[in-house]
Amino acid sequence: MADIAENTQAATDAMSYIERVAAKSAQDKADGKYAQFASIKDVGVDDGVARLTPERIEKTINQVLRGECGARMRAYVQTCVHCGLCSDACHHYLSNDKDPKYSPVGKVKRTIWKMLEKQGKLTPAECREAVVVSQTECNLCRRCQQFCPFGIDVAYMIQTVRRICHKLGITPQYIQDTCHSHASTLNQMWVKDDEWVDTLQWQEDEARDEIPNIRIPVGKVGADFMYSVIAPEPKFRTHLIYQAAVIFDQAGCDWTMPATPGWDNSDMAMFTGDFETMGRIKKAHYEAAQKLRVKKIVMGECGHAFRSVYDVGNRWLGWKMPPVPMVHSIEFFYELVKAGRIRPRELFPERVTFHDPCNTVRGRGLHEMGRYVANAFTQGVVEMAPNKVFNICCNAGGGVINCGPPWKTKRVLSNRYKAEQLARMKDQGINTIISPCHNCHGGLEDIIHYYGLEMHLMFLGDLLFKYMEKPGAVE
Amino acid sequence: METSGWNWEPGDRLVADIGAIKDKYEWVEEPYASPDGETIAAVANSEGEFTACVNDEAWENTFERVWNLGFGPDGRLTACASDMGEWKFVVDGEPWEESFGYVWDTHFSADGSVIAAAIQNDGTYGMAVDGTPWENLFENATAFALSVDGAHSAAAIQAKELGQADIKRYQEGLYTVAVDGTPWETLFTNVFGVTLSPDGSRAAAEVRTNLYDFTVAVDGTPWSARFQGVWKPLFDPRDGSVVAPVRQGGKWSLARDGHLIWSQYGQCWHAAFSADGARLAAIVSPQFGRWTVAVDDKPWGLTFGEMVTDLTLSADGARAAALGKDGGKWAVMVDGKAWAGRYDMAWAPVFSPDGAHVAAKVEKGGKYTVAVDGKEFAHAGEACFDPAFSPDGSLVLVKMIENGKYHRRVVPVADFK
Amino acid sequence: MHAFYALVSGPLVWAAFALFLGGSIWKIASLMAETKAKDTYVVEYWSWSHAFASFVHWLVPFMSTNSRRQPVMTVVTFLFHIGIVLVPLFTLGHLVLLEESVLGVSWAALPDSVVDAAAWIVVLGCVYFAWRRLTLPEVRFVTSAADFVILLVVAAPFVTGIMAYHGWGDNLLMTSLHMLCGEIMLAAIPFTRLSHMLTFWYTRGYTASEFGAVRNVYDW
Repeated sequence: MADIAENTQAATDAMSYIERVAAKSAQDKADGKYAQFASIKDVGVDDGVARLTPERIEKTINQVLRGECGARMRAYVQTCVHCGLCSDACHHYLSNDKDPKYSPVGKVKRTIWKMLEKQGKLTPAECREAVVVSQTECNLCRRCQQFCPFGIDVAYMIQTVRRICHKLGITPQYIQDTCHSHASTLNQMWVKDDEWVDTLQWQEDEARDEIPNIRIPVGKVGADFMYSVIAPEPKFRTHLIYQAAVIFDQAGCDWTMPATPGWDNSDMAMFTGDFETMGRIKKAHYEAAQKLRVKKIVMGECGHAFRSVYDVGNRWLGWKMPPVPMVHSIEFFYELVKAGRIRPRELFPERVTFHDPCNTVRGRGLHEMGRYVANAFTQGVVEMAPNKVFNICCNAGGGVINCGPPWKTKRVLSNRYKAEQLARMKDQGINTIISPCHNCHGGLEDIIHYYGLEMHLMFLGDLLFKYMEKPGAVE
Repeated sequence: METSGWNWEPGDRLVADIGAIKDKYEWVEEPYASPDGETIAAVANSEGEFTACVNDEAWENTFERVWNLGFGPDGRLTACASDMGEWKFVVDGEPWEESFGYVWDTHFSADGSVIAAAIQNDGTYGMAVDGTPWENLFENATAFALSVDGAHSAAAIQAKELGQADIKRYQEGLYTVAVDGTPWETLFTNVFGVTLSPDGSRAAAEVRTNLYDFTVAVDGTPWSARFQGVWKPLFDPRDGSVVAPVRQGGKWSLARDGHLIWSQYGQCWHAAFSADGARLAAIVSPQFGRWTVAVDDKPWGLTFGEMVTDLTLSADGARAAALGKDGGKWAVMVDGKAWAGRYDMAWAPVFSPDGAHVAAKVEKGGKYTVAVDGKEFAHAGEACFDPAFSPDGSLVLVKMIENGKYHRRVVPVADFK
Repeated sequence: MHAFYALVSGPLVWAAFALFLGGSIWKIASLMAETKAKDTYVVEYWSWSHAFASFVHWLVPFMSTNSRRQPVMTVVTFLFHIGIVLVPLFTLGHLVLLEESVLGVSWAALPDSVVDAAAWIVVLGCVYFAWRRLTLPEVRFVTSAADFVILLVVAAPFVTGIMAYHGWGDNLLMTSLHMLCGEIMLAAIPFTRLSHMLTFWYTRGYTASEFGAVRNVYDW
């Protein structure tokens, strides 16, 4: 008799995904990768810090803290009882082995407290720390605000530090370059006026291969809504414009996109504290919509842009609420699906999990609507924990990913906590994450890749586009 | 706009059967009516080729794509069209001789005799005026402008190349204004809005001189004063001085040649002079979240919470009108008083030449019509276009598509009840 | 000793109340005035209904998510604050003094044993907070000497009160010290971190308003 053992396969010692994350993290520590955070170089920061003078530092800090800030900042600083209860809210803190310097209040101590204590007389090194903390160690995700018994808005305080750093001229290079683009072209990716319309027309041509009668109506005055996107869509992710056009077309929407600047709703100027540029681009956005006489603006799947248009940029201009109603894609898709204007042709064959963008949950409470759409088009949503309004940030938001390549490793390592969360989903057999935000995609893709999680990301639009009925499509 | 040559015979004329036109093409896009109402045009797909149908006739030429359709003040119909990978600017069906890498953003002189557009050739940018491109084209150009008389054109231009993420070079200043293709010598960190004086001989622009300071530059020379912000400047028609909204101490005001001339507001923008320069008005926010119009620095008592827009002055400057929105509904304000009606949408108010009457296109419940002095026209249709007054101000031109048919109606003001 | 007692039971009481009341009014008034002048958003977006809902969720133990995550801290904090409010207001000795000296009216006191227990809770609460500050890295990192001084300022009147009540140490001295410590704490409220008693409503209420009324999401 032959040796039957010959035909059996030895059990593999495959690691679970959560074990993979732990192993990778242990290796990172052994390799000193966390320790290298301190030696990251950035032209914007380093050249800027080299130019600082004591007079400029003191004058700038005090001008912002005393001139621009008021009772609110004072109340936050004086009310904080230094209890540390905000710490566990922060993914930077949790991912860096609970190093207290990364806790929300720890970051306030390293920046605002120091500025107040020293009455603005910071050393250039301390200014450098302030910009590194505010631009790369906080995503302004506002989770800590939900953990603080006093509701102290740490994001507001860190945002104020960014404003100071902007005025000191020490903002990191890549996000500063993005702000330059905002100021020059009114979009974040240096897209020139003709490139924008040309891209829409190209996508319209592409879409006509699938749906012969489809239009991407440019500059159609009196349409129901204007669709606005972030500049990475025409620059890198043109298929998202195609997909949106197909969804709107097949749902029978009367929509348009502007032919002139104002089409980009994104806003890195908000995230560097360049509020003057923020105001300018938000004005262009709303005035583009008003010129088109639309009833509302529907915006693509982006988190930070929603924050900018909904309750930050508009306020700086004096509009208490958006002057033209602002609807995030999550909500708009929800309305279309609920009303039966788009229906699944078939369902996505697997169960999925849902990653909430901070700015659409803590920024607008859209978590249930997102799940409604995801559930309608998949085998069901399996929840991460924590989730919804207590979601853990992707660590790309708040302009952190926009600080660019120098800070990438730090960004990925500083969200090991998210990797663990995703790994637990993967270990349950969930392969797909739905997330309706570009920054979340950028951040999560990096984490998934770095920790070898082998998961796949989708926008709600990806899901709808792929699985919806398209009566107008050619066979 | 010269309207004396138009047909002002009161009455209703059926100009075109839109339904019948639509039957002739694969599809017909949204329609545009000429200023005098005699023609209605739309982009049409004719067996996979694109053209414009004008009343029931199509342009002879067809293109791979037609967009940016629009009528000039003199009734010429323009569009941007692509063919064989090139872009053409088409006027009444005939392309300008020269083709472009891209062409867009049409500008007309006040009488429509001069037409200009933004162009891109081989990755360089500028304008073409009546088919002739600027001699110099630039790295990039934005904020295109044509003077009222059409004699001069201008844009904000990027004068030097910029490498990827080169923040140092950027902050040294790369931008300026080009007038008729000739750039100013001074470079700025940014140039935003550009305005030409009524006779086109001078240009003013809102500029940022570094990352923090804003001012206005006139013919290349910035004001000595610096501000925290600035919006688009305008020329005083009387003396050529320049006025612009500026921000100081977190508040907005108007400055003339660098000196504040108005009190401070939460916001102040879209300033406008009357034709004779005697009156200066702007949209202002007297307190956070409230909006109105200020005429000569006196804000109206009536404010709106959501938005105020489309400030318009009568020809003699004696009257002003604007739109205001609250609770998602629009109102038409004239001299600080709102019409009784509330609309789902409203278009820019139009004054009669003598300033006695105001008309506006409005939308209610998905139907469009024209309202004059707060009273709506008896008909409402599925589309309507901006109204116009006869030279004596007694008649209103109402252009409307009703039940698939385009009507041109001349209606006495008294008939709006 | 009697002169000391006379001082702390006479002029210093007046001074402490004056500083507490005057300081509190100044604190609130200046906060309001500066808010009106510079922080328009707080006024513009304020929503009482959302503020109240938030107050309830953060004052009642375990109604907020973070309070459920930190059960020990939640229980200690809750009892500690109850004690801080109850003991001064419902101790028979305090009420008698207040009625005889100023108010002319009084209200029902709590049984001595209850007040005593509450005072112990406050003191133990202070010990617990001090322990947190010394041992938990995230708390230690943001702790300075001032934080311990505040704890001492709070603990002192309760420690001396307990000692006076139980007759530990010289009674007159303890009573005098107790009065002095109470006066220090009272006077310190508007001018130190203890002012969170006054500003809690402001920061919590504004956050609740932005979360609830603008962003359609709860803040607990």
